[in-house]
Amino acid sequence: MATVAVTAERENYLNQEYGIRSWLLTTDHKRIALLYLISITFFFFVGGFFALLIRLELLTPAGDLVQADTYNKLFSMHGQVMIFFFLIPSIPAVLGNFLVPLMVGAKDLAFPRINLLSWYLYMIAGTIYLHCIVTGGVDTGWTFYTPFSTAFSNTKVIEAGISIFIAGFSSILTGLNFVVTIHRMRAPGMTWSRLPLFIWAMYATSIIQLLGTPVLAITLLLVVFERAFNLGIFDPTRGGDPLLFQHLFWFYSHPAVYIMILPAMAVESEVVACFTRKRIFGYNFVAMSSIAIAVFGFLVWAHHMFVAGISLYAALIFSILSYLVAVPSAIKVFNWTATMYKGSISFTTPMLYAFGFIGLFTMGGLTGLFLACLGVDVHVHDTYFVIAHFHYIMVGGAVMGYLGGLHFWWPKISGRMYPEGWGRLAALLVFAGFNLTFFPQFILGYMGMPRRYWQYPPEFQVLNVLSTAGSTILAIGYVLPMVYFLWSMRYGKIASDNPWGAAGLEWKTSSPPPTFNFEEEPEVTWEAYNYEQIPAPAEVNVER
Amino acid sequence: MFDNFPLWPVRAAAGAGNVDALYIFLLTLSAFMCLAIFTMILVFATKYRRRPGVEAEQIEGSSALEITWSIVPMGIFMVIFLWGAAIYFQERTPPRDATEVYVVAKQWMWKLQHQEGLREINELHVPVGRDVKLIMTSQDVIHSFYVPAFRIKQDVLPGRYTTAWFRATKPGVYHLFCSQYCGTMHSGMIGQVTVMEPAQYEAWLSGGITTGSLAASGDSLFQQLGCSTCHRFDIQGRGPNLVGLFGHPVHLEDGRTVIADENYIRQCILSPHTNIPSGFKPIMPVFQGLVSEEQLTALVAYIKSLSPPPVGGQSGISVAPKPQYPKE
Repeated sequence: MATVAVTAERENYLNQEYGIRSWLLTTDHKRIALLYLISITFFFFVGGFFALLIRLELLTPAGDLVQADTYNKLFSMHGQVMIFFFLIPSIPAVLGNFLVPLMVGAKDLAFPRINLLSWYLYMIAGTIYLHCIVTGGVDTGWTFYTPFSTAFSNTKVIEAGISIFIAGFSSILTGLNFVVTIHRMRAPGMTWSRLPLFIWAMYATSIIQLLGTPVLAITLLLVVFERAFNLGIFDPTRGGDPLLFQHLFWFYSHPAVYIMILPAMAVESEVVACFTRKRIFGYNFVAMSSIAIAVFGFLVWAHHMFVAGISLYAALIFSILSYLVAVPSAIKVFNWTATMYKGSISFTTPMLYAFGFIGLFTMGGLTGLFLACLGVDVHVHDTYFVIAHFHYIMVGGAVMGYLGGLHFWWPKISGRMYPEGWGRLAALLVFAGFNLTFFPQFILGYMGMPRRYWQYPPEFQVLNVLSTAGSTILAIGYVLPMVYFLWSMRYGKIASDNPWGAAGLEWKTSSPPPTFNFEEEPEVTWEAYNYEQIPAPAEVNVER
Repeated sequence: MFDNFPLWPVRAAAGAGNVDALYIFLLTLSAFMCLAIFTMILVFATKYRRRPGVEAEQIEGSSALEITWSIVPMGIFMVIFLWGAAIYFQERTPPRDATEVYVVAKQWMWKLQHQEGLREINELHVPVGRDVKLIMTSQDVIHSFYVPAFRIKQDVLPGRYTTAWFRATKPGVYHLFCSQYCGTMHSGMIGQVTVMEPAQYEAWLSGGITTGSLAASGDSLFQQLGCSTCHRFDIQGRGPNLVGLFGHPVHLEDGRTVIADENYIRQCILSPHTNIPSGFKPIMPVFQGLVSEEQLTALVAYIKSLSPPPVGGQSGISVAPKPQYPKE
């Protein structure tokens, strides 16, 4: 399989057609994945820029760098950009888009035009949101809590709401496309039990996108209606109920956490299998735990509301249900660890990200136990403890997963190798910078520093300075890959079809793949992760 | 032991120790789990690093292991759940003889009123060792009353009362934070809770200027607004007699039976038509927008004062059991 790459221009999805039109009107899932890659990278740096300003403001206890209102907009827009315009589309719309048809052995997604429509919806939403940013921004927090958002904020709530409403449909359509593709387009012999775990996790993600996102869309529409037409839905002075908003919002927004983390788990399974050269330990349990997370994830939303004024007994029920969803997550961590046992482990960049992912996700998951625990949550709720916890999951978990996946499949996507040495350096910088940024925030949280504070009492300063220092390292760690990925597109070593010696249909076609993915329809006669049948590459493309 | 450790919050209320104990348990458990997993990864990564000529050994999995590492964590989780639930239950059930303080939050300040009538802004003075129940509402958006030293937090909502309680154990001055984002000066909505020795507190209380107790000002409002023309105490008026109402069940015209708590009384004043007691006509005027939150708290305090607290451990569903903390 690991044939030497043809150096001459072999026809592939990148060079088959040229010109802006061939990109903007493409229905090729791989090209659409690249369109997404460019768009979400842009938003990632927008959101990251906001984050840096937040950290710089918090360097000193006094509110001095920006005005209070500006600060409130910064954290609101940081959250909304990162969640709705980066994390939610990140792995599904880029790697998922590129890989789902390849991995199941299909020519494209089930609905190629709808796939392009998803990207256009995303771009429309993104443009509206950018317009919202440059014309004043929004200051509701990413959570839009009522009645602040509907009756008190003087910022562009309606515009932001409509923008995220539209982005939601992009996400729904992507989910729909994946579900149908996975059900209907698998190659002959590709049974459910032979699917890569990436596909299982992506399937679970798509289910959440399909079932959850409409609720967010409706909720945001209600916010827009209450604000624009004075309806009394959430505002108590008009007969509404502000807690109703929180229930509806978290009904989507808690499962949304799994939209962000499940795909990272998807990447994790592929990378760990490849660089231990083993079938994932407990395939069935890992596959089913993805489905379990998707199902239980819908039943835990009110753990965001333990101090919001819900009844004592509701809180008890949601606390116990929250522990149920922790079990499948734990199962995954144990299985990845067990996969390493008696493996043949190499330390490539994707694997370094995978190690980082397990470490940070474990810490994020364990601190989730603190927050699901009623007695402790009352104290740490709405403090920096929560901030640290969800950044461990969503940056430590989801972004590490995304970056690891991007490195792993970069040879397939671009046909070139990234520089391995730089890759490892960036992975280490991200890991170190991340921990320095967010670990001190756990301590800050237990000390009692509330989130969304523009100024804070002086005793919190030391830990905040550490956190800000970490964020600058993290920033370098994020800029580096962008630089060397761009560099590698021109100067990188030509990648072979299967540079890692990896299992999976995507590695059986050329790098980059032809427009319709496979020269002839593949027929699957082997189980997933058949590493015993694939020779390990002599040298894992390391530039020493 | 952590009181002098600068990375740990001060502990100044009964119950704070329980939260810390559970937190330390969780920290220990997490540290142990992290250590176990990281050690395993490190050992495997070293021992099984790729070597020429050494192939990975394919292992399918093990149902026994899978079941073990599902059931055992689940068991531990249930212990954490129960422990946390027990603490939460105590935090959510104020002792019935607690001193009541009314809190009105607004962008961006805390207004607090003692039963004795004394008002404070962004400051709360309480004596050591006394149970204090906060009855809180907001004039505008959602706020949250957070005192890290007491380990208590409760969102303060517009349009209803939420409650919290604490018993301070250590004299000192502690942060009061608004922890629910509420607009421009959210981070400026900071106050302080001053915990004093009882004697000092009495001195402070008598030094304050007050126009009479909260219930008394509620009484005069009750006359001013004309409530007393229908709600009579001598004969049956056109409205229900309010003596002995608070804390007891009320049968409503639509068939529901509710306990007359603070939120019920509040709702009855603001929009009476939603809760017509059975046998009465919907003739009471709507006071939504006519009384301020402060006037409302005075009225509620007055109506509560018409029902002497029940003696001993008899009836009354809304009244909570005594807390289980040992008196310090």
